[in-house]
Amino acid sequence: MITYLSNNSETVLAALRQHITLALIPVLLGFLIALPIGYLGVRFPWLYHPLINVAGVLYSIPSLALFVFLPVILGTKILSPLNIVVALTIYTVALMARTVADGLRSVDRLVTESATAMGYRRLRRLFDVELPVALPVILAGLRVATVSNISLVSVGALIGIGGLGQLFTRGFQLFYIEPILVGIILSVLLAGIADLIIVLIQRAVTPWTRVQRSRA
Amino acid sequence: MITFDDVVKVYPGGSTAVDHVSLELPTGKMTVLVGPSGCGKTTSLRMINRMISPTSGRVLIDGKDIAGQDEALLRRGIGYVIQSAGLFPHRTVLDNVATVPVLLGKTRREARTAALSLLERVGLSAEFAKRYPAQLSGGQQQRVGVARALAADPPIMLMDEPFSAVDPVVREGLHREFLRLQQDLGKTIAMVTHDIDEAIKLGDVVAIFRQGGKLAQVGTPQELLTAPADEFVAEFVGRDRGIRSLSFDSAAALPVADLPGTLALDEAGRPTGWLMESGQVLPTGGTFTAADSLRLVTDLAISSPVGIAVRVNEEGKADGVVRHHDLADYLAARRAS
Repeated sequence: MITYLSNNSETVLAALRQHITLALIPVLLGFLIALPIGYLGVRFPWLYHPLINVAGVLYSIPSLALFVFLPVILGTKILSPLNIVVALTIYTVALMARTVADGLRSVDRLVTESATAMGYRRLRRLFDVELPVALPVILAGLRVATVSNISLVSVGALIGIGGLGQLFTRGFQLFYIEPILVGIILSVLLAGIADLIIVLIQRAVTPWTRVQRSRA
Repeated sequence: MITFDDVVKVYPGGSTAVDHVSLELPTGKMTVLVGPSGCGKTTSLRMINRMISPTSGRVLIDGKDIAGQDEALLRRGIGYVIQSAGLFPHRTVLDNVATVPVLLGKTRREARTAALSLLERVGLSAEFAKRYPAQLSGGQQQRVGVARALAADPPIMLMDEPFSAVDPVVREGLHREFLRLQQDLGKTIAMVTHDIDEAIKLGDVVAIFRQGGKLAQVGTPQELLTAPADEFVAEFVGRDRGIRSLSFDSAAALPVADLPGTLALDEAGRPTGWLMESGQVLPTGGTFTAADSLRLVTDLAISSPVGIAVRVNEEGKADGVVRHHDLADYLAARRAS
């Protein structure tokens, strides 16, 4: 495996870089799109159930099918990385819209009411109070979305662009175990590191969730 | 002054929460809205900061209809304390208290400095400043809630069952501190409670609501106890309202008798107990001063082992006694007059 790595370091690094890009851009995009959608599901309660139903349906579309059909819908080339980015963004939105809505709904009514009574306007209340209080729930969803995206990128290899997944296809084609092993190890490592980073961010931005509850 | 002018609130679905209420909440006084659940007291309170809008009628602050005012700006000028505090869990105690000054455009640093001195004001030491609400007891959270409402020094405070989520002993302490605070600050306060004892203890004016959102009676606690407007109010203020109304009468005019020989005193003349025939010394169970209420004197006279309440002067020196039959005569004569 070491020999494989040293002989193919450029290929592996390029695959890794592509994998990171293809997985994380959709996480960011999807999160940004899911924020307003999730908020709408809370602002207008009648929207909540339609919202989570649509999200559930979207999330259940098999990734390979989406990768193959998106070029038809978007008019992109079948080998365009855009297909992967769009597909994974859709999954992230489907996952995160519900998480954002659930997170915002989990904020104690007394807290939002007292914020209103202090004189917060709606938008500032959302950013200063509701979103920060919902962060633990939202970041938990973000961890799931990130790890799931990292594993889904590999599926893209079946249509020719899939980051580390290309190491799998190459290994299978050549009946050669090393690239497959390297691919597996790197994608697991990548998922683990990404998850760890989000956990560290969460610890940094939600210190109040870790204080011990003393009833002095 | 806060004025309710023929205010009606009908909720969608047709239930009437507030039914033609006209009420004045005097400036610098504490008005308590009290009544059984579903009587419209909380709805009324929330119409003062426009959390709820009246269906008809007007709410005025110092003569100005609040309906035309910007909601958020209006609310920043009205302190709000809610049941179980409603503190922001993601902010430290200090930043919770600094909330409204920051909304009003103060820098975070200025707001925090002011918040720190407010914490002391409500009886919390500086060590609490950096804690999060989850690290506080119910009583401490409630103090932070009060400090947060006071932070921008609003002339008006609204309090929605502020003391109901803490246990009776803590509540007692919070009441005392709150009364002291209000004596210094002289805010115009509207407070909601379902507890008539709390209303009578804290309110300068008490407004009793009845089911269906109607005002049953408005008056000072003493007026409600001594002259309830109807059966509902009489029942609501309670069976022992007679003895409780004594809380409002000073013991200053109560005639005292000379100290009997059986009252044991120390060198400074402070009472130490009652000498019994058996040679035993029984505790007096407490003393009163001329500034105390008749209720305390009555309680002391009834619970004393010899049926005598002991009065002391400012230095704690015994200067007279009241026997319970003399007290009964005094109360009877007072009623007749």
